[in-house]
Amino acid sequence: MHSLEERANNRSARNGWFLSTPALVILTFAAVGPLFIMLVYSFLEAGQYGNVEWAFSTDGWVATLFTRDIFDDTVSLADAHLTIFWRSVKLSLLTTALTFAVGFPTAWFIATRPPKARALWLFLITIPFWTNLLIRTFAINEIIRTEGVLNTVLKKLGLIETPLQIIYTDTAVLIGMTYVYLPLMVLPLFAAIDRFDMRLLEACYDLYASRWRALTRVIVPIVKPGIVAGSILVFIPSLGAYVTPRILGGGKNMMIGNFIELQFGQGRNWPLGAALSVVLLVIVATALLFYVRAVNREVRHD
Amino acid sequence: MTKRPFSVARLPGFTGTAIAVFLALYLPIVILVVYSFNKGNSVAVWQGLSLDWYAKAWANTAVKEATVRSLIIAVSAALISTAAATMAALGTTRRKAFKGQTFIYVMINQPLMVPEIVTAVALLIFFAWIKVTTGIQGLGYLIAAHSAFCIPFAYLPIRARLEGMDLSLETAAADLYASPWATFRRVTLPLLAPGIIAGAMLAFVISLDDVVITEFVKSGGQDTLPTFMLGQLRRQLTPEINAISSVLLLLTVLLLTAFFLLTKRQDH
Repeated sequence: MHSLEERANNRSARNGWFLSTPALVILTFAAVGPLFIMLVYSFLEAGQYGNVEWAFSTDGWVATLFTRDIFDDTVSLADAHLTIFWRSVKLSLLTTALTFAVGFPTAWFIATRPPKARALWLFLITIPFWTNLLIRTFAINEIIRTEGVLNTVLKKLGLIETPLQIIYTDTAVLIGMTYVYLPLMVLPLFAAIDRFDMRLLEACYDLYASRWRALTRVIVPIVKPGIVAGSILVFIPSLGAYVTPRILGGGKNMMIGNFIELQFGQGRNWPLGAALSVVLLVIVATALLFYVRAVNREVRHD
Repeated sequence: MTKRPFSVARLPGFTGTAIAVFLALYLPIVILVVYSFNKGNSVAVWQGLSLDWYAKAWANTAVKEATVRSLIIAVSAALISTAAATMAALGTTRRKAFKGQTFIYVMINQPLMVPEIVTAVALLIFFAWIKVTTGIQGLGYLIAAHSAFCIPFAYLPIRARLEGMDLSLETAAADLYASPWATFRRVTLPLLAPGIIAGAMLAFVISLDDVVITEFVKSGGQDTLPTFMLGQLRRQLTPEINAISSVLLLLTVLLLTAFFLLTKRQDH
């Protein structure tokens, strides 16, 4: 026999599922479900003119790391692919480091303003976060291009004669990604610093700690969960970046995202594109697990 | 010069860095907007004030078509995702935790966790397959894709609003013999309205700004404003792009300001 309360709970759960159904259906159809189909496609044969042949093959997966010689069929490590992976990881790590280097002082600055001003500064950092990533990348593009604002100004000032070649280099992609993902670093850092008890600093200085020691021995360890959260929030979209490297890196300085797109365009290798996407997804899922653990640790500390 | 009083919270160089960061954050956008008013066709050399590029963008049929398409998709996606998110928020808040609730949370937040490029590729594959087998074309694919990734953005403000709401008003309505539907229609929904509007606005902005997923899902001749702009990069850049960007920026900032005001009021 079910008790009255149990029955009410069951009804409540049924209603919960019933009300969530439309959202679940849309997400299954146009977000989650296709991921499984993508996994299936990674094990098919590439069609000659794009798309796939419905035959099982591991060629897509093999091609992520190796190339098969078209003449003697020998398999060797694909240097071009490794270069792209290495560039993606390197640029994502550098972006994370750079956003932290400038984001930490910014977050500290915002968190130490009086409450009213703090809301305004926070709003100022949030606005770019929500505005179009494409437009922000365009803005950077117009500054660092060969005939861009930076080169024009430097030339007018007589500081340079030939324009600086920044655009279509790794540096351009790095500048662009740091610019567009900076708010993702500042916001969680702010949240952590905001909860930092400033009396701890008074204690530090009373005990004759230098500012540097207070920073490295007290502040950083305490706001560490915020640092981890911000780093992962920047690292994940950097690794999957597509728009910024496409605009600022040009065709030569591809990252994984552009490499994946290539397989669905000129590359005509859908299984390889699907396999690369699965790899990216797994890396991101792993990073997210670390993120969840970092956030949980922070919650437990409170 | 007077020495500033000692403050424990001050760290050398931090304020300077922060100010530089804010300048660096806004300067490129300001320059982008300024050059949209440039008379000449350069995006870097100032040649006098004019509204020519706005007129030119306005007269450009490709821009007009892309704008209309962007708006149709964004409005549809905002309506669909907000309706679904409102129901899901009602289903997952203010009730005893039930089996599978975590699964529903993960599903709803999935678009926030998976890189856009991965979803874009998966949708390209899946929709190409549907297109080949059924022969159905049209904007429906883009609307479906946008509706899906807008759901978490619509869901968050609605759920926040619901969690802050007082159950006693609804209990009172039920005590006064209001039917569950009447209680929902007359009490819950009006109280929830600011959250729903905020959610819809966020979904609209997110849909309007999307590049990656649209770029992969669209068929030929289905450019939205952002994918049109991305395509323009291969040609000579003119301030027309700046003019389009400025209008899009203005729209986003206006909607976001309204969003913040809406969600801020509920704190009090």
